[in-house]
Amino acid sequence: MITTVNAQQRSGSSPMAQSPRSPSSQAPYLTVSVSDPAKMGNGVQAYISYKVITKSNLPEYDGPEKIVIRRYSDFVWLRDRLFEKYKGVFIPPLPEKSTVEKFRFSAEFIEMRRQALDVFVNRIASHHELRQSDDLRTFLQVDEQTMERARSMEIGIFKKKPADLMQIFKDVQSKVSDVVLGKEKPVDESNPEYEKLKNYIFQLEDHLAEAQKHAYRLVKRHRELGLSLSEFGKAVKLLGDCEGNALGKAFSELGAKSEILSIKLQREAQHLLMNFEEPLKDYVRAVQSIKATIAERANAFRHHCELAETIKFKEIDMNKLRLMRSEKLAEAEREYEELKADGAEATRKFERIVKLMNEEIIRFQEQKTLDLGVAFHEFAKGQAELAKGISEAWQSLLPKLESCSS
Amino acid sequence: MMGPETNKYPRGKRDDEEEEEEEGRGSEGIHHPLSTAEQMQTLTLDEGNPLNGDVSTSKSYSNYRSAMTTLSSSATEHPLIPPPSIATTPTVSDPLLFPPHTPSPDSPSYADVIYSPFHDSVPESNGNGEISNEVTISSPGSQSSSSEYLKISVSNPQKEVESSNSIVPGGNTYITYLITTSTNALDYGGSDFSVRRRFKDVVTLSDRLSEVYRGVFIPPRPDKSVVESQVMQKQEFVEQRRVELEKYLRRLARHPVIKKSDELRVFLTVQGRMPLPTSIDVASRMLDGAVRLPKQLLGESRSVVEPHEVLHPAKVGRDMLRFFKELKQSVVNDWGNSRPPVEEDDKEFLKKKEKLWELEQHLTNASKQAESLVKAQQDMGETMGELGLAFIKLTKFENEQAVLNTQRVRAADMKTVAMAAVKASRLYRELNAQTVKHFDTLHEHMGLMLAVHNAFSDRSSALLTVQTLISELSSLHSRAEKLETASSKIFGGDKTRIRKLEDLKDAIRVTEDAKSCAIREYERIKENNRIETQRLDGERHVDFVNMLKGFVTSQVAYSERIANEWAKVAEETSKYTKESSS
Repeated sequence: MITTVNAQQRSGSSPMAQSPRSPSSQAPYLTVSVSDPAKMGNGVQAYISYKVITKSNLPEYDGPEKIVIRRYSDFVWLRDRLFEKYKGVFIPPLPEKSTVEKFRFSAEFIEMRRQALDVFVNRIASHHELRQSDDLRTFLQVDEQTMERARSMEIGIFKKKPADLMQIFKDVQSKVSDVVLGKEKPVDESNPEYEKLKNYIFQLEDHLAEAQKHAYRLVKRHRELGLSLSEFGKAVKLLGDCEGNALGKAFSELGAKSEILSIKLQREAQHLLMNFEEPLKDYVRAVQSIKATIAERANAFRHHCELAETIKFKEIDMNKLRLMRSEKLAEAEREYEELKADGAEATRKFERIVKLMNEEIIRFQEQKTLDLGVAFHEFAKGQAELAKGISEAWQSLLPKLESCSS
Repeated sequence: MMGPETNKYPRGKRDDEEEEEEEGRGSEGIHHPLSTAEQMQTLTLDEGNPLNGDVSTSKSYSNYRSAMTTLSSSATEHPLIPPPSIATTPTVSDPLLFPPHTPSPDSPSYADVIYSPFHDSVPESNGNGEISNEVTISSPGSQSSSSEYLKISVSNPQKEVESSNSIVPGGNTYITYLITTSTNALDYGGSDFSVRRRFKDVVTLSDRLSEVYRGVFIPPRPDKSVVESQVMQKQEFVEQRRVELEKYLRRLARHPVIKKSDELRVFLTVQGRMPLPTSIDVASRMLDGAVRLPKQLLGESRSVVEPHEVLHPAKVGRDMLRFFKELKQSVVNDWGNSRPPVEEDDKEFLKKKEKLWELEQHLTNASKQAESLVKAQQDMGETMGELGLAFIKLTKFENEQAVLNTQRVRAADMKTVAMAAVKASRLYRELNAQTVKHFDTLHEHMGLMLAVHNAFSDRSSALLTVQTLISELSSLHSRAEKLETASSKIFGGDKTRIRKLEDLKDAIRVTEDAKSCAIREYERIKENNRIETQRLDGERHVDFVNMLKGFVTSQVAYSERIANEWAKVAEETSKYTKESSS
């Protein structure tokens, strides 16, 4: 049995972080990491590439270790393929594309993206359904050229039949409208529990988005406070130079401490960004991924309903033809059987989605409690350390000040 | 010879001093600034009338009466000046304060001015002290100022209508403030006072103080116009002004010299219309000055500077001729080939001045940075609070919608964090409120720099007056010489020329007096500068130490509490790190 890799791998920049559960190396494992971002190309064409290191003893995977180079659009490809194939599963979310050119290559952004991509791949590799995907294997194993070819055939329209094309368009349309309207189309499952879940998901997104917004602002506040403390320290030092004597020295000390604390604040800002704000953002993305799955389920349901309708009408037609002893009967019967098979398939697909979603929601909630718990811990720890540092720094000034007034 | 009004002075012992005085007792020693020689008689007769509407007389009187006040009151307060050893006669509402009297040549007030207690050689210090009785703080200098208090509050703004003289029907409205004072200072003659004043009165008070207390670091008054007065609600504006007025009056009451001033006392205690000459009166003197100038230029009226005039700086309106003479002198100083007759040679002063301007720069900068630090702290507290609230909403939501137990666990975690964030937010805000108070010291001292600028420019304008008089003297002397040599050639002498020579000799005498007066005034201001600079340095040192201590102490206290709150949360969520690594 493949062991489950859990949350700790989220920040697994070192591929060795996760060791196999059982001491025996015969136990199957699959560990992945994303690291070493590097800038490739020039000008407008420039992009960042990442090293993806896979360690596995599974037969489908090459050797104990395989390293490939991937870029952001490759990850997008993987996500889209999984979304197509594994309807009902909450596909792990990807970090957003950056629209601001300047920001695209900032160290901060790159590191945040790398971390998020690492989390993404690890979640896939630890999901009992997704990890078995061929697309994952392709992603983790093939060379860059093959990957590029696969990526450019993303839509794969050349492989599909025209009828499927229409369906795809319809699906895209309905997906868009679902997302835009944020709600289901008139055809609904009349499943009160599911309705409740949908409501929950939509409202949850709003609440989370707000929390994330404030978390981001808090990061900014730390930076601003650090900056103004630094400026204040400099001004106070100058003032101290004017005063001279013990008071002047005290002023200088104050300035020096301010500078130290300013640095602490900047560091805490970064720490907050990576370990608190980013997990919240990730949570929001995850909820959006669920919304996409909800849309898929609605499509599947609609499809199943439509087919059921079509089958009914076909049956009526068929019976009519039977009565009329028409030659078309045989064909009609054939078509009827086909439709019934399609219908069964659609129903099967839909029911599978339902089953998967039920499992997924439990997994999701548990995962999120864990993820948030870690994030909260980091947040509290960071704030406690910062405040303590501030208190100690200022404390050290007091004896000097006492001597001033004597 | 005594002026007819002498008996109106409560200070009885003038006569004795007058005999001792010799200098400056020339026949026409003192001329009323507005009068020609002929008019002086009329004026002298008028002086008996306490309701003499000629405000300018009161002005010049109060000028050096207060200058004398400054001298004597400083005497009691400043450690460097020997205190007068006089029996005290506290006065309540000094009738002198209202009806001004023109100083006559024999007027002791003139004498007071010349023989200031700042000068060691002065035998009349006793007399001065006595003269100043009615305005001095009652006790002999030994009383420490700490047991004496002067508490002022400003409250109860009310709208009032200006009843008279309004072109616009309906009249102007203005705001008055209730000013309540409680004090145990003896010369206030009471312990509690309550008067209504408007902002114009404050401006008047401030103007009079700066004329009288030259060289002193007088706390600057609140600004006249508020930039955003249109944007601000009337109520906000009035409230802001009320606060500023209170701060200003309290600062005045804390200043060791100003707290003893007549002007402040009058402002705080006299009911009804405030009897300090207003700036309008000053402005009306501009017209007088404009009238006087052509006469002076044509030689029809005295164009010499009278000794008492040097006690105040030349104002454009009032003392046109003198103003222009001093202006010319300043140009000569800057652009002339030779050095001015007397110069600022106090090296320590010059060094100190440099240091003060440097300090001002850094203070301004520090004040600005302190403002933005306060804002950043404020923002931090606010955002932390908003984050906490967002999590509280989330908690509630999860709890209401929970299907699985893991959701309730998460909601509980979230609540812990939310509560801590809300608490931290409150702590940040409390800390900030204290920080604001501490940094007020910076803003206060920055504001005081204006007072220093003013005091130093008092000094330079007094110096300019001295320089101008010296130049004037030398030109008068050379004119006299020329006339003498000319008339000696004509036998018998020309009646006009003889008279002109006599006039010149008069002018020289008066100008000599004025020069001595001016020099003494200059020295007085220099001394004020020195004392004040020392006082300010000491005060600033103490204030800054307290500011730093306060700031640092509150930072330590609040940071500790914030750290504790978060440490608790970290403890409660530590299970997650253990779980993830299991």
